[in-house]
Amino acid sequence: MGRLSVDLCGIELDNPVIPASGTFGYGYEFAELYDINILGTFSFKGTTKDPRFGNPTPRIAECTAGMINAVGLQNPGVDKVIAEELPKLRKCFDKPVMANVSGFSVDDYAYTCERLDKEPQVGWLEVNVSCPNVHGGGMSFGTSPDAAAEVTRAVKAVTKKPVIIKLSPNVTDIVSIAKACEQAGADGISLINTLLGMRIDLKTKKPVIANTMGGFSGPAVFPVALRMVYQVAHAVDIPVVGMGGVSCAEDVLEMMIAGAAAVEVGAQNLVDPMACKKIIEALPSVMDKYGIDNLMDIKRI
Amino acid sequence: MQDTGFTIIENKRLAKDVYRMILSGDTSAIKNAGEFVNIRLDGFYLRRPISVCDVEGDKLTLIYKVVGKGTEVMSDMAQGTELMLLTGLGNGYDLSLSGDSPLLVGGGVGVPPMYLLAKRLLAQGKRVSVVLGFNTADEVFYEDEFKALGCDVTVTTVDGSRGVKGFVTDALPESYSYFYTCGPMPMFKALNKAVKTSGQFSFEERMGCGFGACMGCSCKTLTGNKRICKDGPVLKKEEIIWAD
Repeated sequence: MGRLSVDLCGIELDNPVIPASGTFGYGYEFAELYDINILGTFSFKGTTKDPRFGNPTPRIAECTAGMINAVGLQNPGVDKVIAEELPKLRKCFDKPVMANVSGFSVDDYAYTCERLDKEPQVGWLEVNVSCPNVHGGGMSFGTSPDAAAEVTRAVKAVTKKPVIIKLSPNVTDIVSIAKACEQAGADGISLINTLLGMRIDLKTKKPVIANTMGGFSGPAVFPVALRMVYQVAHAVDIPVVGMGGVSCAEDVLEMMIAGAAAVEVGAQNLVDPMACKKIIEALPSVMDKYGIDNLMDIKRI
Repeated sequence: MQDTGFTIIENKRLAKDVYRMILSGDTSAIKNAGEFVNIRLDGFYLRRPISVCDVEGDKLTLIYKVVGKGTEVMSDMAQGTELMLLTGLGNGYDLSLSGDSPLLVGGGVGVPPMYLLAKRLLAQGKRVSVVLGFNTADEVFYEDEFKALGCDVTVTTVDGSRGVKGFVTDALPESYSYFYTCGPMPMFKALNKAVKTSGQFSFEERMGCGFGACMGCSCKTLTGNKRICKDGPVLKKEEIIWAD
């Protein structure tokens, strides 16, 4: 076991760095640039029961130290993901992968997770109850402890793989939702999804994003994410995957000291496709600098 | 696709709000006319996608319009400035369908990608007609450069201050074997109705990554959902769904 190794729900990762869902496709675009097997794992594009085109464009707006996206869970649907995308993914990635799942009803979540449970390469199911960009689904399950727990129970009933529930920061009390998921059987919690945000184009006096609002991410959200990871990690006994604005090795260490077992990197992959490779390569020297021998035994606060 | 450092060797104003930046660096990932590069700028979170105007050896020519703060910063950059560029982005134009006498139509800042395309088509021995559309004379650029390549060039301006008065559709040649275009959406819609052959359009969209990962620039086509940055920016006439 190397000094970067960590454990995530019983599966060992070579390092804690995980590209976040929606910023890494199914991996093969990035495999053109570097061997993605150096990653701990990655969370593939959010998958739903049925194919989805997503929202109208513009879907992207730039912000100071971040960006807003309102993609709206565009994906070819779970059957096509299994038939067409996972075989391509397998060609460039040998490790267990994290399957990210969204839905518009509890049955949707269960259906999609049951399908993905049968895929040998899927190591974890990351269940997104926090997409801010779809109506009548996604985030609405993640804003109430009862609804989040109901999704968790439904998914746990159809899979033996570790279930990680991905939470929204757009709530009053994220700790109560995390606890409800834990009590319902979740094996882990990941957070934060994007913060609901908005930009206006002064030339047109209209929102930049066609859908008016979208999910804000990037370095600007890091302190908010870190605070929530700290709060949740101290309230639950299951592993927490920290994410939100992580863009360098130092951010990864801050997340882990706050209580994260592993760390996802999102928007940074879009502006620097080599970001995760650079972070993994920088970790040993940054750990040396701050006197951290290995990540498994990192001292949490 | 690759992410490499380039050095600015020239950055000068060509016309109203339009600048030409010539950079030196590893251009090996750039294959086709109609591709674009994505430029990292200090102080801006997202990169700026700019179409490739010309590439020769290690010299890359970009022509861009100042439309916001990012391109404004670019226009002030001095010779010798180093920039990180993602190169080899987008599908580019398919030259195999051009026939013997292709028509190239560029509107405003859609003109630049027509330059490398014209060069490549002329190198294949094609007879290339070019129609370049602008609003006013002070916006016109590259008329002489296209003539120097050996193209048959027509310029149009909306106010008639240079060339033919009107739109590109008022100056299309009598006959051509195929067309290629890049420009604003109103021009595309008018052109789509006016053309007599099949052809290819290069689209623009707000992008997140520029290399197919974020799905920020997707559009619907008759041949399925396409990412403008990766499956485009060039789409064939037959597959485009025209919104009203």
